[in-house]
Amino acid sequence: MTVPATVAELVRQFRANGRIVIVGASLAGLRAAEALRAEGFTGSVTIIGDEPYEPYDRPPLSKQVLKGWVPADHTKLPRLREVNAQWRLGVTATGLDRAAKQVRLADGEQIPYDRLLIATGTRARQWPNPDEAALEGVYSLRSRDDAAQLQKALAAPPSRVVVIGAGFIGSEVASVCRELDLPVTVVERGSAPLVGALGGVIGEIAAEMHRDHGVDLRCGLGVSSLEGDSGGHVRRAHLSDGTTVDADVVVASLGSIRNVEWLEGAGLASGFWGVGCDAGGRAFDINGVVTDSIYVAGDVARSPHVLYEYQFLAMEHWDNAVLGAEAAAHNMVNLEPHYRPHLLLPGFWSGQFGLNIKSVGVPPFGDEIVFTQGSVKERRFAAAYGRRGRIVAAVAFDHGKWLEYYGKLIEQSGPFPPPPPGWDHPPDMKPIPAEFPQPGVPTAIPDVVLTGHDPSERGAEFRPRPR
Amino acid sequence: MRIAVDLNRCQGYAQCVYLAHKDFRLTGQEALTYEPNPDDERRLQVERAAAACPVQAILIDRLDGAKGSATS
Ligand SMILES: Cc1cc2nc3c(=O)[nH]c(=O)nc-3n(C[C@H](O)[C@H](O)[C@H](O)COP(=O)(O)OP(=O)(O)OC[C@H]3O[C@@H](n4cnc5c(N)ncnc54)[C@H](O)[C@@H]3O)c2cc1C
Ligand code: SF4
Repeated sequence: MTVPATVAELVRQFRANGRIVIVGASLAGLRAAEALRAEGFTGSVTIIGDEPYEPYDRPPLSKQVLKGWVPADHTKLPRLREVNAQWRLGVTATGLDRAAKQVRLADGEQIPYDRLLIATGTRARQWPNPDEAALEGVYSLRSRDDAAQLQKALAAPPSRVVVIGAGFIGSEVASVCRELDLPVTVVERGSAPLVGALGGVIGEIAAEMHRDHGVDLRCGLGVSSLEGDSGGHVRRAHLSDGTTVDADVVVASLGSIRNVEWLEGAGLASGFWGVGCDAGGRAFDINGVVTDSIYVAGDVARSPHVLYEYQFLAMEHWDNAVLGAEAAAHNMVNLEPHYRPHLLLPGFWSGQFGLNIKSVGVPPFGDEIVFTQGSVKERRFAAAYGRRGRIVAAVAFDHGKWLEYYGKLIEQSGPFPPPPPGWDHPPDMKPIPAEFPQPGVPTAIPDVVLTGHDPSERGAEFRPRPR
Repeated sequence: MRIAVDLNRCQGYAQCVYLAHKDFRLTGQEALTYEPNPDDERRLQVERAAAACPVQAILIDRLDGAKGSATS
């Protein structure tokens, strides 16, 4: 046989009989499995997940579920096609042996693979003091169980809720509290809600939104400790300015931690910001060499993005999980030159205080902002972020349908300030500083982070290999 | 039945709300919330809503009623 014919035969055999293991049974894991089948892969697919549940959707947890409209166990993700997988649910992957090509499970079993997808996502950062975190009434929000418990606590109802951290999840929790007519205090170390993600100009608007809805918002302050009663139930939060707030429910929304510990010792470029991979989802090893059999997708992935100076981008967004999983699955069962890049323009939505907040691009990559449409006063506007005369991101409050327009401009590195579409222009369209916090100033970590240029630059440990 | 809405795609046109108001709601002008687990009795309405969505943002379970367990 000719070489191309032999390669084609190997690919055919792999697609027919290969073994693919997916670690992480959530959005990215499920969508990858579906995509593998859609690509015609008929070999074995094993999906390993430490939660006992089949894949469910997280965005409704901080919205519909907390409000009490939808029970937490009603959020199972729809199946877009049959995946015919071996499901190993409720068991944690504890190690990866790349030489033997096996995933080690907590119950001692070893699962062999030909190709592996890492989709272990992130978990909520817990309140740092373990004794205080263990108090009854202290919650964080990431899983279905978290949401069910917190929903129950909110329905009790509590006399006051303290939310620590005003990123997206903290702000959504505060919004739900107000919809439930619960008194809520939000404590944020940064100068305003959402400043890490959207900058101080938009943060100021978000702060007004909180206050208009009756949130007791305290910015530029931290919670220094939580105090419980003799029954072990939280009663009070002590703030860094010496004041206290009485509360019986505390929600720590302190950002997330990437689930990479199980990869310790595997020699992959994994660390604080996740697992480094190329734009096709192929994992890098610790020396920046791309692997042939290990792929990464979703919240735990971190890959270079051509639009942002090839910096590694870490994203905790729904469509990044879906599209990253699809691209990785495609590349797992195809060869060069048929690889597909995952070069999504980052985008997210958030619903809070009856408003639809959406953004495209990477706002913190910009240093200026300009309001291009609508009215800030009416909380119905679009604004663009720029850097060195180019548009790099946009945000919309109840102006979602215009984001596609800005997204196209961003993809083309269009000019900043951008030509606004249509009509409805604000009177003043002068760019102003976007006021992102200086690096090192404590604030909620945004959901989209540019993490430098090389796979081991941030977080991964450098261990040169002996020659 | 199970559904999910890709709210990145959703542009708040509210077509789904007209067609299946029990399962889709607008809170405010644009922010859509939905019932991820609508009653099977409302499948027809929900399918109509999904079909009518101008940006095809509503994802519907294709396996409901199919053989095999939910974790197939
Ligand atoms: C409350 C909430 C609200 C959100 N709202 C929005 C929103 O409005 N818009 C938006 O764009 N995004 C939102 N997101 C983010 C979105 O849900 C995530 O981007 C998405 O879930 C990422 O999917 P994933 O599959 O990569 O990771 P995850 O969903 O984190 O899944 C990873 C899975 O792997 C499991 N796992 C981890 N380690 C192991 C191990 N060693 N062995 C076995 N299993 C393991 C985890 O338990 C988990 O089940 C929200 C997230 C939360 C928590
Ligand atoms: S019809 Fe589609 S775009 Fe309109 S609100 Fe419903 S899901 Fe969103």
